[in-house]
Amino acid sequence: MKQYGWGLPLGASSYAGSIDFGIYLIHAVMILIFVIWGVFFTYLLIKYRKKTGMSARRDEAHGVVKSLIPDIIVMVFEIVLIAVYAIPVWSKIKIDTPPSGKANMVAIEAQQWSWNIHYPGPDGKFGKTDPKYVHFSNPIGLDYNDPAAKDDIVIANELHLPVDKPTIIELTSMDVIHSLFIPEFRLKQDAVPGMKIPVWVTPTKTGTFEISCAQLCGMAHSFMRGKVIVQSQADYDAWLKSEAPKAAAASVPASEAF
Amino acid sequence: MAHEHQDSQAHKSFYSYFFSTDHKVIGLLYIVTALMFLLCGFMLMLVMRWQLAFPGSPIPLLGRILSPSLAPNGVMTPDFYNALGAMHGTIMVFLGIVPLGVGGFGNYVLPLQIGAEDMAFPRLNLASYWFFLLGGLLMLSSFILPGGAAQSGWTSYPPLAIINPGQTVWLFAMVMLITSSLLGAINFLVTSFNLRAQGMKLSRLPIFVWAQIVTAFLLLLAFPPLEAASVLQLMDRIAHTSFYLPQGLVILGMRHIASGGGQPLLWQHLFWFLAHPEVYVLLLPAMGIVSEIIANNTRKPIHGYNVIVGSMIAIGILAFVVWAHHMFISGMSAVLSDFFLVTTMIISVPSVAILTSFVFSLRGGSIRFTTPMLFALAFLPMFGIGGLTGLPLGLTVTDIYLHDTYYIIGHFHYIVVPGSLLALMGGVYYWFPKWFGRKMDDTLGKWHFWTSLICMNGVFFPMFIQGLAGQDRRYYDPMAALHSVPTQPLHVVSSAFAGLLFLSQIPFIYNFFHSISHGEKVGDNPWQATTLDWACPSPPPHGNFTKPIRVYHGPYEYSLAGQKTDWAPQNEEVLA
Amino acid sequence: MSSATAVSEHTPVHHSGESTGVTNAKLGIWLFLASEIMLFSTLFTTYIVLRLGAASWPRGWDVLNVPLGMINTFVLITSSVTMVMAYAKAHEKNLKGFQTYMSLTIFLAFVFLINKGIEYSAHFRHNEFPSTSIFHAVYFTLTGLHGLHVIGGIIVNSTLLYLSKTDFDHPLFLGRVEGAGLYWHFVDIVWIFLFPALYLL
Repeated sequence: MKQYGWGLPLGASSYAGSIDFGIYLIHAVMILIFVIWGVFFTYLLIKYRKKTGMSARRDEAHGVVKSLIPDIIVMVFEIVLIAVYAIPVWSKIKIDTPPSGKANMVAIEAQQWSWNIHYPGPDGKFGKTDPKYVHFSNPIGLDYNDPAAKDDIVIANELHLPVDKPTIIELTSMDVIHSLFIPEFRLKQDAVPGMKIPVWVTPTKTGTFEISCAQLCGMAHSFMRGKVIVQSQADYDAWLKSEAPKAAAASVPASEAF
Repeated sequence: MAHEHQDSQAHKSFYSYFFSTDHKVIGLLYIVTALMFLLCGFMLMLVMRWQLAFPGSPIPLLGRILSPSLAPNGVMTPDFYNALGAMHGTIMVFLGIVPLGVGGFGNYVLPLQIGAEDMAFPRLNLASYWFFLLGGLLMLSSFILPGGAAQSGWTSYPPLAIINPGQTVWLFAMVMLITSSLLGAINFLVTSFNLRAQGMKLSRLPIFVWAQIVTAFLLLLAFPPLEAASVLQLMDRIAHTSFYLPQGLVILGMRHIASGGGQPLLWQHLFWFLAHPEVYVLLLPAMGIVSEIIANNTRKPIHGYNVIVGSMIAIGILAFVVWAHHMFISGMSAVLSDFFLVTTMIISVPSVAILTSFVFSLRGGSIRFTTPMLFALAFLPMFGIGGLTGLPLGLTVTDIYLHDTYYIIGHFHYIVVPGSLLALMGGVYYWFPKWFGRKMDDTLGKWHFWTSLICMNGVFFPMFIQGLAGQDRRYYDPMAALHSVPTQPLHVVSSAFAGLLFLSQIPFIYNFFHSISHGEKVGDNPWQATTLDWACPSPPPHGNFTKPIRVYHGPYEYSLAGQKTDWAPQNEEVLA
Repeated sequence: MSSATAVSEHTPVHHSGESTGVTNAKLGIWLFLASEIMLFSTLFTTYIVLRLGAASWPRGWDVLNVPLGMINTFVLITSSVTMVMAYAKAHEKNLKGFQTYMSLTIFLAFVFLINKGIEYSAHFRHNEFPSTSIFHAVYFTLTGLHGLHVIGGIIVNSTLLYLSKTDFDHPLFLGRVEGAGLYWHFVDIVWIFLFPALYLL
């Protein structure tokens, strides 16, 4: 399957399939309804066009009930769709976040116009951040006085994830509202300043995917892109290890600078 | 006195046009002004469509005129693109469709249809028009004012809207437009409740009037929250408060000096609390017009009068509890989303009921394919596409993927453009003989109809495919994201059709102005219609009716058995 | 122009057609107040939402001048009473009485605004502005918008007072006084909600 084309992009997360199922099902039903309706509509227009000598026939009083039949069909379809599909799948994706103990953790602090990907490092804890430490060498304002911050890795626009393992992304923004969109994962969530919003994803395919911003965020909105690199657990661990020295290096001058 | 020279049609001065309190003059002013604003908003979009089709290439002709700060070397800047987008949305919604459907048709037709001499508060009516006009001109002039036009989308989400330039003028203009709508809504409601002719019971009101009543209630109750929200945003910009700003913002590396403590999502809730009912404000007048035209051209009563009126009222009530379906991925509580999912699906039920009633109205009819009827008929499948594509957007799960893609743009444009706007155009052809005593040309009208219908579909249908491919909306450079590169040719298709759509409005504009003085002269009731708007002279004199009006029966008594004609006017008793 | 208005405002009185039986002016005022209620409910909702989400929220009495607020509450309630009296006098066709009570109402509205001005200037002297904190933002915006409504009331009432010299016997005059009264009571009620919400809670 091609990654991008005229249809849905490649699906690469555990819940991509269930979202796609909904999209395909609804479109099938939509087309079916529209075709049946269209045929009926055209039939009416042809059959009841103005003809000489024929006048209009008024409806009988009980005809109204019959016209409610399409409504009832639509209503039943919607009720089934909500009860069997929408509410359970929505709960799975948005409400039942996997327990943070078992999941890989990443934080994303969006800003105009890049995604700061913040990995907690070997200790598994995110360091504190404070706007007063923000500096071009410290874009999210990590507080290096906090021991948890010393091993934290911050990389712009490159999200590394291990395959087949749930990852919780803690999403926030430093300035305006952005929206994290990873088409292959069917993942979209607004990043709102002042809020930490957890989203989770279990990538099911390795490869390089795309991050784009889905919420108007100013001048370079369309250029606010990043990469998702899904790797095997071994590759991911190796990559983390290779980044560790950079984190240590970053923490020293910045903490001296203040 | 002012109305003495209003009575004499020949001596109309500038003053008596622009300061007349006659609902018909105000209605026509609204219609012409709104059509001009629509054209304006459309032209902004044409400029944007160039950038979308051919990103980064100089805009032909216009590129040379625009100042280098907007379009260096003829290529528009991202900020200018965003400004065009924000202004296109604002102009089309608040200065185009709403004033056309409510201020224009409502003002002209509603008093006639209920048999009133004028609106309940004629001077207030004039004030609404002026608030609208000045607010609209202020909105437009923001392009040349310091700071430029608003560039945060017509939704103006903070914090972006608070830090972006141009927003202050937008907010002031919005407050004026809201004031205009509120005054108008009060006027419409009092008029329809208090000034009905003898015998015009509520159950005998034409559906158009019902649509206006529900619309007026929506405007009356949904606009004040936006007014409050706008005042708060204005405070955030002018007095540096933090209603929508949380603590500790860092903007482009600089700490933002504000006390903090506010909430960005608060604006979204308040905005959509208005803006969802607003969707129905765009739609209901169009549905009202479609009812009138369909009943008239099928020569039979509209099918399910009670169902349609009941559904409109139901929509009016439910419209207030669906707003947060615009916010499924905003970070709002996911449990709350389930609630809004359910209300959203419920509101589709009355909409389907109205649509099916219209379709069943055709059955057994003797359908005349007049120009207005073509427009009204096209409304049905177009509104159908718009409504159906709302389904995957209203459903929480599928909305995760489709939210903020071109799919949503296709969806709401189908509702508003080949839906509402087409019906409103049909209304122009339908009531034109009432306004001027002359008909618009049929051949040109049919050309206008078919070219517009085809072009509108050509513009908006590709957007569904682009949306499914994941193309994000509001992108200055549509090629920036890899997943939207394959569907880029569709942008060229859309843009080409947008250009053709522009050309296909030329016959309409010519037809409109030419027919005012040269159209075929027709009598007071050329469509052989039953409602009271056709029981007065064309054009109606000041005070509208030349004889006392008394209403004997419902609005659509066509093809009654044993009558000489196949229509029975509301003001004439039917003798068996 | 004005006679056209008068005729259609008149209509329900002589109107032979269908109507609600309520005069246009009164129905219009009630609808206007419905939209005003939506406006202020939105502001109160904003207040609640922001307060619930705030890390800390000062006690109103620590930051605001409760005695002055209290006096203002009494001033507005009294002005509502004088407004009712003005309407009663207009009903009795007692021009002098109407003018006295209407002037009193306007006078009290000015007293309210002057008090508010004293409060505001004290805040400004202490370097407290709308931008100081989210509490101050809410306080200044809500009381400011209410203040604008008070000014609106003064304008309406003064116009009626002025018109009473010539139009007191006009058939629509009483209805206009009633409309102005309804509006004035609404402004009063908003303050009765605002005062405890900002000063006492």
